Amino acid sequence: MNDFVLQTVTQILMPFIQVYGIFVVLNGHLSPGGGFAGGTILGASIILYALTVDVKAAEGIYPDERAEMVESASVLVFVLLGLISLMMGRNFLTNIGIFPSPETGTLLTGGFIMPVTLAIGAKVASTVITLFTHLFEEKKS
Amino acid sequence: MIRRIVATIMILLLGTVLLYMTSEMPRFGDPANPTNNELSARYMEDVIEDVNIPNIVTAIITDYRAYDTLGEATVLFAAIASVLAVLAMHSDSGRGTKLDE
Repeated sequence: MNDFVLQTVTQILMPFIQVYGIFVVLNGHLSPGGGFAGGTILGASIILYALTVDVKAAEGIYPDERAEMVESASVLVFVLLGLISLMMGRNFLTNIGIFPSPETGTLLTGGFIMPVTLAIGAKVASTVITLFTHLFEEKKS
Repeated sequence: MIRRIVATIMILLLGTVLLYMTSEMPRFGDPANPTNNELSARYMEDVIEDVNIPNIVTAIITDYRAYDTLGEATVLFAAIASVLAVLAMHSDSGRGTKLDE
């Protein structure tokens, strides 16, 4: 789409949308939100850029191969975090007692919940973007 | 024509059954509802002690039910893998070898 107003507004809005997405992911354990919601917001910002400005440029921001790699790696991060507690002699995916959890309400509280939410957010964002780019290419040809 | 009449009768019958079923559902906001049982009370009381975070929903999906979330992430992975397997054959930018027509 070659609309000047749309492209300019998108380019101004993009950083704000992404910062909001990162906020939702990082504060998933303190405020409403979490990995799934924040990841979708992050992915939607890239999709917005691809729709209004250029699909190829959007792929330049977040290449397809990297998206697929992040997607597979984040499930692995989840499983490895679960396996840590297994090695310490507790059940799979045990959280409190294995991982440090400082004062309630701070960012690093809740043990492995923040890393897990980050992994889920990265995964959902990559999934949304990969789905979009492949379906978009399909439509064009 | 006869097909339409049969379809309408079937839909009406199905609708009647479904409406009848909703009349058996618990009343909205009733304190004796199954959603207000001891399980949700336990989550609300013990979440700070168990998980140490104020967001109960996140505590449930990533700590109490973390195994479930792992399955959800696996579902996403399987979905994207199958989509890529189907679509990469057609798209020009598909990496690797393309299938011969």
